[in-house]
Amino acid sequence: MTQNSVETEAVVETRGLVKTYGKVEAVRGIDLAVRPGEVFGFLGPNGAGKSTTISILCTLLRPTGGQALVAGIDVTRDPGSVRSRIGLVFQDPSLDDQLTARENLEFHAFLYDVPRADRRARIDGVLEMVELHERAGSQVRTFSGGMKRRLEIARGILHYPQVLFLDEPTLGLDPQTRNRIWAYLHDLRKREGITLFMTTHYMDEAEFCDRIAIIDHGSIIALGTPDELKAMVGGDVITVATREVAAATDQIRRIFELEPVADRDSVRIEVPEGATFVPRLMRELTVPVSAVTLSRPSLDDVFLKLTGKAIRDEGAGEMDQMRNMMSMWSRSGGRR
Amino acid sequence: MSVESIPVASSRRRQSVDIRWATVRAIYMIWRRDLVRFWRDRTRVIGALVQPLLFLVILGTGLSSALRGAGGGGFRGGIDYTTFIYPGIIGMAVLFSSIFSGMSIIWDREFGFLKEVLVAPIDRSAVAIGKTLGGATQACIQGLILLVLAPFVGVKLTPLAVLALIGLIFCLAFSLSAVGVAIAARMRSMMGFQFVLNFLVQPAFFLSGALFPLSGLPAWMTALTRLDPLAYGVDPIRRVVLGASGVPGPVLDQLSMTFGGHVVPVALEVAILLAFGLVLMLVALLNFRHQD
Repeated sequence: MTQNSVETEAVVETRGLVKTYGKVEAVRGIDLAVRPGEVFGFLGPNGAGKSTTISILCTLLRPTGGQALVAGIDVTRDPGSVRSRIGLVFQDPSLDDQLTARENLEFHAFLYDVPRADRRARIDGVLEMVELHERAGSQVRTFSGGMKRRLEIARGILHYPQVLFLDEPTLGLDPQTRNRIWAYLHDLRKREGITLFMTTHYMDEAEFCDRIAIIDHGSIIALGTPDELKAMVGGDVITVATREVAAATDQIRRIFELEPVADRDSVRIEVPEGATFVPRLMRELTVPVSAVTLSRPSLDDVFLKLTGKAIRDEGAGEMDQMRNMMSMWSRSGGRR
Repeated sequence: MSVESIPVASSRRRQSVDIRWATVRAIYMIWRRDLVRFWRDRTRVIGALVQPLLFLVILGTGLSSALRGAGGGGFRGGIDYTTFIYPGIIGMAVLFSSIFSGMSIIWDREFGFLKEVLVAPIDRSAVAIGKTLGGATQACIQGLILLVLAPFVGVKLTPLAVLALIGLIFCLAFSLSAVGVAIAARMRSMMGFQFVLNFLVQPAFFLSGALFPLSGLPAWMTALTRLDPLAYGVDPIRRVVLGASGVPGPVLDQLSMTFGGHVVPVALEVAILLAFGLVLMLVALLNFRHQD
């Protein structure tokens, strides 16, 4: 079979992957090769094509063109085999909240044919890993958002997948919970040697990854380690907060011959030596400045540099609201 | 946390899952999950019995009094009206419970759980089959609960009659759950729920012969009643229930479903019911197979 003769060690691989919806090109020719055991980050704003790509890799969507291999198997030719080798943590919760944590895991173990002899120990093991073993017998509806996400991660690895796909695993969680989730994920990779493929639009999280692909408008615009990507920005980043963005931009362009990037109420400048540049800048600028920040480049700056726009945090607001409404309605007797 | 606490590492990763067996297991798990939820949600189980009881006790008592007052001798063939509608009320409980259990797929979709099943290495037909069987079992239990009321409406059930009723109620519950699943397979939200209730479920109830005999109706209505799947469930249930309480055969025939003046045999009614259910389950099954 052709899929076995592929000369690669990549555990996730795409070649010229394309997905179109009518005339809209959601994914336009993506090439990727994710190495086994890697934490691979897929970074981009909402609507960039992240979720579409991950859905194709998980066999939930069929690509319009190109090829995608997961664990060496073509996702369109043998989706069943791909599914049995991957774990998924969705952006939206997919637990049964009237069942207990343990029942949710039992359901999954049974569905994925985890050997009966293993089942109990494995379930206990993953519950312990995400520190939910004490709540194993509680119905999931009593869990907080962070606990649910942890349970989903536990469920995602229950059947020994080779790759765990996580679509925005920390979306809508508070910073503390996000950090804990990350701790679990790194712990998981250390213990299970599992490959993690994740999407995020949190820039600070991307730094936890081994390698990152930045995607915008359906194409990969940069790929590398966090350090490599940061090196693309070259030097320090100075952010000048001012009410007169246009005037400040103009002055910096004229006086220092630099190319500043204007945001709503601030101007960003990249310079090789930030510390010596700030005093000069302050001497020459005549517009009122409320604050100046000097920082080492972050992935945020990389994204801004590559696309000319900042990644904004947009929550899953609408979807969550709808879900809450639905649950209220069903409780108040919408269902007999 | 110790590194050893997870028993198995990468070496134990299995190669593949046998899709056919996984599908059978999935059907069982989906069915079992529905029953666990049913058992856990006992207020809903009791709540679902309120409407049938209102019909039986209030409408039944009211109309039997009115009928007695009007002509004397009770309902057709001297049967008490409450006794007459009792099998129809069982059908009603099964109807509502089946359709709503089947349609609970919309909730599963809404709250994400369906996704867990749809991405599993199984054939998606498991969803349609598992949900239909789950809904059927729940509705069957609802219907059977109403059997305990038999003595209060003047019906004496024999063990044989109870066995026959379990079979009949299950057939009815199966077919109607398949309807619910087939409707829900294409629905993405509960927006259409009210529509389904008003344009399908209520008419199906009123046309089923639950509240009046299906003979001697105007032609247009006769035609509609013969298209109602519930009618093919209520009629055999009524024959068993009334037969067990000693209503003579000729009187029963007078109240029964007819095709062109001939009484339809119970076996044919059950066959129609099951065929209908299987076709709808097939519709639902194909729907789930072909969605992203």
